[in-house]
Amino acid sequence: MFNSSLNQLSTLLSTKKVSSVELTKDFLRNIEILNKEYNAFITVNEELSLDQARIADAMIASGEGNPLTGIPIAHKDIFCAKGWLTTCGSRMLSNFVSPYDAHVIELFNKAGTVNIGKTNMDEFAMGSSNETSFYGPVKNPWDILSVPGGSSGGSACAVAARMAPAATGTDTGGSIRQPASLCGVSGIKPTYGLVSRYGMIAFASSLDQGGPIAKSAADLALMLNVMVGFDARDSTSLQHENEDYTRDLERPIEGLRIGLPKEYFAEGLSDDVSRAVDAAVAEYSKLGAKIVEVSLPNTKLSIPVYYVLAPAEASSNLSRFDGVRYGHRSEEYTNLDDMYLKSRTQGFGAEVKRRILIGTYVLSHGYYDAYYIKAQKLRRLIAQDFTEAFKQCDIIMGPTSPSVAFDLGEKNNDPLQMYLSDAYTAAASLAGLPGMSIPVGFGKKSRPVGLHIIGNYFSEAKILNVANQFQQVTDWHTKMPDIKNSK
Amino acid sequence: MQWEVVVGLEVHTQLLTQSKLFSGASTTFGGMPNSQACAVDLALPGVLPVLNRGVVELAVKFGLAIDARINSPSIFARKNYFYPDLPKGYQISQFELPIVEGGHIKIKTGKSNEENEKIINITRAHLEEDAGKSLHEDFHGMTGIDLNRAGTPLLEIVSEPDMRSSSEAVAFAKTIHTLVRWLGISDGNMEEGSFRCDANVSIRRLGDEKLGTRREIKNLNSFRFLQQAIEAEVEFQKYTLETGGEIKQATVLFDSDKRETQVMRTKEDAHDYRYFPDPDLLPLIISPDWIEEIRASMVEPPDLCFSRFIDSKIDSNSKATYALSKYDASMLTADIDIANYFEKVVEIIGRKEAKLCANWVIGEVAARLNQDNKNIKASPVSPKQLAELILRICDGTISGKTAKDVFSTMWDGENHASADEIIKTKGLKQISNSDEITKLVDMILIDNPQQVADFCRGKEKAFNSLVGQVMKATKGKANPAQVNDILKERLNKKGQE
Repeated sequence: MFNSSLNQLSTLLSTKKVSSVELTKDFLRNIEILNKEYNAFITVNEELSLDQARIADAMIASGEGNPLTGIPIAHKDIFCAKGWLTTCGSRMLSNFVSPYDAHVIELFNKAGTVNIGKTNMDEFAMGSSNETSFYGPVKNPWDILSVPGGSSGGSACAVAARMAPAATGTDTGGSIRQPASLCGVSGIKPTYGLVSRYGMIAFASSLDQGGPIAKSAADLALMLNVMVGFDARDSTSLQHENEDYTRDLERPIEGLRIGLPKEYFAEGLSDDVSRAVDAAVAEYSKLGAKIVEVSLPNTKLSIPVYYVLAPAEASSNLSRFDGVRYGHRSEEYTNLDDMYLKSRTQGFGAEVKRRILIGTYVLSHGYYDAYYIKAQKLRRLIAQDFTEAFKQCDIIMGPTSPSVAFDLGEKNNDPLQMYLSDAYTAAASLAGLPGMSIPVGFGKKSRPVGLHIIGNYFSEAKILNVANQFQQVTDWHTKMPDIKNSK
Repeated sequence: MQWEVVVGLEVHTQLLTQSKLFSGASTTFGGMPNSQACAVDLALPGVLPVLNRGVVELAVKFGLAIDARINSPSIFARKNYFYPDLPKGYQISQFELPIVEGGHIKIKTGKSNEENEKIINITRAHLEEDAGKSLHEDFHGMTGIDLNRAGTPLLEIVSEPDMRSSSEAVAFAKTIHTLVRWLGISDGNMEEGSFRCDANVSIRRLGDEKLGTRREIKNLNSFRFLQQAIEAEVEFQKYTLETGGEIKQATVLFDSDKRETQVMRTKEDAHDYRYFPDPDLLPLIISPDWIEEIRASMVEPPDLCFSRFIDSKIDSNSKATYALSKYDASMLTADIDIANYFEKVVEIIGRKEAKLCANWVIGEVAARLNQDNKNIKASPVSPKQLAELILRICDGTISGKTAKDVFSTMWDGENHASADEIIKTKGLKQISNSDEITKLVDMILIDNPQQVADFCRGKEKAFNSLVGQVMKATKGKANPAQVNDILKERLNKKGQE
């Protein structure tokens, strides 16, 4: 059952072979056993989960079920869920029980899914290894000495270790795709504006985008059918007509033009990853796709641009965490400034502080033009690269991450090396394009390799189609880590 | 030494909307602390701002009324600073591209309130959200935070440094105050903080081109304080410069008890607000169609209304003109509700009696409103009631003096009685029957031989005394003009006898 697809679980539920309460209990038991080792969940709340499971069973009994009704879903702890501790991986919010639901949570509740728990993450989504979480690092189920990636590392780990059938994540510069890649699961970041940011705790507003992590493209399509939707409470939410993201899954991809950006296969890419990606591309050729070389000449700028813009927005977005109205407040302080200073010093970890400092610096008088304005201009050039490339191809492919999962602690003291983990993913975020990662093999130390698939705006159905066609003829996505104690 | 004062003003006026600039919470004043602060106003994690379209329309109305440019797009920016009553740690404002840019207003300067006109240019007007309130009393050494006001929409109107005295600054502030109330975009309530000013003040040697260093006086919430604060600041700057000192750019506060300005912060410790475009809000696009729609919904601006009130041309195609004096017109156009009241009265009586109507509105009505501290909208006497009363003066039913009594009865009465009803019940109808008056005059003449004799000897005063006797006998109801005529006639007859 833990290996079942969402469709299979849906059938089991609708044919009453299993109830949502039973399913929920099974996954909760799995979490209980495995989470000690993997630390993928920050909060598990059996009572709240089972309440939802009972509602789902009633929905199914009365024939009001949707495809995902009754299925347990893990939610990244960045999404506010009413009555749930919502920490964003930070001590700052370690006491924050949300009084309201994010739009994404509302949509999943409406669909009748069960919130199976809140997953661990890099603090305020700032990190690529899940090591910046106040709640400790998540372990990669393929090798507990390695990181699961980040920031949605808890969600990717939960799916990989079968603690949840699927999970939500968020992606600002690669935070869905990179952990999906490192944990050997599938994840998609939709076009910016498709998933409402209301109730999704902001890191970098112009980049943040919610999306699902699951075991296959077909499962992701079902998740997107729930998650995507216009929300008037988010001014950047797009009034895009509702789509059925499963509609093109079975479409043959013969004649598909796949663009391989030469910059993605250059210096910095490790051999093991390169080999697995090449093999996947060869598989696509067999399926009838045409491979073309394209160029994204400003690829090198994406990390510098990202690390100006994202911290700039973050420095301002995180100002609300001041210890005044909610969240962590220092126990002792002498005056207002001291309260701010101590509360924020204690409440934020090192990486968050580093980014607040960078962001504050680049927005400062005298530096704003040289950094922020310049970065905005370059952001447009990076987006133009894609526009040009999509004149020659239908879809872009490359490695999701330059290397397989690195060891815990390996890049902890080298932020620049850590930032380069997002070298291939940040550009699509800056351009607002949809991007996906699917498992395509294993590299060094048998750690998973992910293939990055980038599509044009609103081409989610096509990306899912391209991924699904690969998963129809390969079995990388069904591979599962050797998990002790698990059924 | 001769100094020239240079003043520029920033006026913060609260826009009159039901809900806040970026949230659905109510803007009503005076609620229990934090009862009108929703998740967005509290800046809970994950919440996002959504622009209130109604606010945009009010700002556009202001821009159109001052002949400004309406920017499209305009950009919302974050102004970052920490303060407990600023929940997000930044204020959403407009920085590089404000919604309104340019434009001008006319102010009236000089003693008689109408002598000179001066154009004051407006630099810009931008939308921003208000902060909450820190309550330092009642919390035993701690501070309470009330976020009811947080997110309330403000229009910040910034003038060019075009004013040359504290009186001009006050005239400007008052003109803006009238305008925003007139347009219905703000209630201008200064006690509730809906209208407050910052004044940028500098002085320079008369004839100098270059502006002196300015100091900004923050948060002046009455016209009186505005005037006093600028005067105190000018005195300070004159003294400093004349004793060899130097003015340093600073933000100051006005202490109204000591009548002096005190430095709050200098340029060195000025905040770096790190403005940048708010990524949660899209650039604000205002289409030409939308602007025209707003223009069509606007009332006649006060300066045009004033011009029309003093105009004497009768053009059947355009709106009514009244040929009033500038003084009357400026009194009537001080407030749109007064102007509307006046026009309703004239509409019933007719344009011919516009001057009489103006006298009543500026005189009796204004006096009673003032006495009862009421707005004209809450006047117990409706325009229709007043018009019917004035009609009874015009047709001679009652004298002007009696009319004032009737008005007073009307004002104090609770049953909205008409003038005719009051005249009837109180028997105030003027005696205009000449036979009756002649009879009465004859009686008075017989009873007062001394006065008659005095009059015949050329003592004019005796005549007034006799008029008084007649009026007294009729309890003031006799038509005074008729009494005069008849008395004169009878006395002349006596003189010839």
